[in-house]
Amino acid sequence: MAWNEPGGGKDRDPWGNRRREGGPPDLDEVIRKLQAKLKGLFGGGTGGGGGPAGGAPGRGTWAGITLILVIVMAWNMMYVVQAQEQGIVFRFGAYVASLAPGLNVRWPRPIERVELVNVEQTRSIAHHASILTKDENIIDVEFTVFYRVKDVEDYSFNVIGPDRTVEQATESTIRAVIGKNDMDFVLTAGRGEIANQIQVGIQKLLDTYQAGMIVTSVNMQAAKPPEEVKSAFDDAIKAREDEQRQINEAETYRNDIIPKARGSAARVLADSHAYKSRVTAEAEGDASRFVQLLVEYEKAPQITRERLYLEAMESVLSNAPKVLMDTEGGNNLVYLPLDKLFEHRANVNPPAVVTESNALPEPEPLVSERDLPERDERRIRRTR
Amino acid sequence: MLGAKIIVPLVLIAIIGWSSLFTVDQREYAILFRFQEIQRSDYEPGLHFMIPVVNTVLKFPKRLMYLESEPGRFLTKEKKDVIVDSFVKWKIEDVETFYKRTRGDETIARELLFQQINDSLRGEFGKRTVQEVVAGHRGDVTDIVTAAVREKGYGLGVRVVDVRTKRINLPEEVSSAVYDRMRAERDRVARQLRSEGAEAAERIRAAADRDRTVILAEAYRTAEQTRGEGDAKSAETYAGGYGRNEEFYSFYRSLNAYKKSFGKNQDILLLDPTSDFFNYFKTPANR
Repeated sequence: MAWNEPGGGKDRDPWGNRRREGGPPDLDEVIRKLQAKLKGLFGGGTGGGGGPAGGAPGRGTWAGITLILVIVMAWNMMYVVQAQEQGIVFRFGAYVASLAPGLNVRWPRPIERVELVNVEQTRSIAHHASILTKDENIIDVEFTVFYRVKDVEDYSFNVIGPDRTVEQATESTIRAVIGKNDMDFVLTAGRGEIANQIQVGIQKLLDTYQAGMIVTSVNMQAAKPPEEVKSAFDDAIKAREDEQRQINEAETYRNDIIPKARGSAARVLADSHAYKSRVTAEAEGDASRFVQLLVEYEKAPQITRERLYLEAMESVLSNAPKVLMDTEGGNNLVYLPLDKLFEHRANVNPPAVVTESNALPEPEPLVSERDLPERDERRIRRTR
Repeated sequence: MLGAKIIVPLVLIAIIGWSSLFTVDQREYAILFRFQEIQRSDYEPGLHFMIPVVNTVLKFPKRLMYLESEPGRFLTKEKKDVIVDSFVKWKIEDVETFYKRTRGDETIARELLFQQINDSLRGEFGKRTVQEVVAGHRGDVTDIVTAAVREKGYGLGVRVVDVRTKRINLPEEVSSAVYDRMRAERDRVARQLRSEGAEAAERIRAAADRDRTVILAEAYRTAEQTRGEGDAKSAETYAGGYGRNEEFYSFYRSLNAYKKSFGKNQDILLLDPTSDFFNYFKTPANR
């Protein structure tokens, strides 16, 4: 037979299997009992199969029918349990054994019946609902619950509609858990915790029902305010962004002006130090110059004084146009066209000697040059 | 002919044999009746015998069944309507009693259960506010109802394992009021956030302005101190130097001042030749 060919091992031998399991002897006994009872009922008489063998139809026909029956029965007796499945065997409705994955041979119907249950496959249900929260707000939530069979016997024997049961447990648990929490918590911080609580809650109900199922995970797909109030919620989120933006702008302003102010302060300080250094140095310079001159002055006061005076006057008078007026002659009325003079000076002689240096308060050397410009000298005479 | 004579009794025997057997599933209760009268109900799963015609068998589910209610309006303590739907998990515990009370009709059992449980739920809702119901304050409503119902069993031979609410929702007309409130609340939050943002920003700006002012003022103070030190130092130096001959200093300083003040091209000097400078201008004689 087919299942004997590939392995040939003892384990796979169906007959050996049967002997080890010890099921069939029971069956034999049942049949014997049955026969006995039947005999009891109908007063014996009917021998198992003695009569029909000598019946009208030919031996060949009977053999054919028997062969077909045997094949059909054999076919009915083989059960292949897939790797992810587990089989449960009912004999006349009573649970007798569960089957491991692989090829199994059991009695044919109606004696035994095998049900296969997929125990590895993870199933899921999605649940979407609008739910009242503890603070009487309404939120839309969407959960996906993943579960699978944990105990085949519990799963098969205890609950009608196992999948529907998971749905019911899910619906009521989600409602209960969300109802115990405030909206803000559900929408923000509490997402993970809530999914966790829901998983525990569903499992607790399933265990109460002995449903033989395990919740492997619960995902909170979405938790959001209802469509009707979405814009207001979005605006609140935007407001949070606005708050941050305003703060950032202010910080930008601060970061702009404070360093600049520090820069200005540094400039002011540096300027002041520069001033201090300058005035100190100038004072020292001036004082030193004066003291050195003084030493010489004290050696010959009269001559030095005279010389200084004349040189200073020389310097003053040589650079400026001048009008010499001898008023002792008696005629006090002299016409001086000052405006004309000014005009003339502005046009003809642009200021050449002016050395404008404010950095030094007394820039002109006291000892003036020997070679004076002749030109002004001439003009003095002319204007006179 | 001979064949028929043998086959007919065989078939008859088979039919009779078959009809005198019945199986009880792992998931079923079975009751054996003798002419409508319960004879036996404690069958184990498996193969059992009966007398055809005399005996009949009825089977009932042994597994946990459920009962789901349509959404219904319940009134809470503050006279608010809520829409509630629930489910009940129940099973037959005493199949004989169950049969006697319901004549074996499961729908009758369902209706009875539904009404009883609905009444209990209604009663519990009436004692609570919406919030208490929703948040499960003062004990979960369904736990209380389950406990109450489980004990009673309503004499139906059933066991109520669990009662749960699936949804507790507000009716449409109330929902819109809730939405309005939610919107108003969000608006409040949004406005508060924006104002707080403005507040924080203004604080930062003001602090920055203050810091700037302080920095500049402190720099000014230090700078003026430094300048003052410079001025003092230079004054001291000048005094130290010039103080050695005050008369000569005023002469010297005056000359410098003259040179600086006059002698530019723009100035026109009107001079009186009687001044000292012109001593020799008119006459070379010794004075």
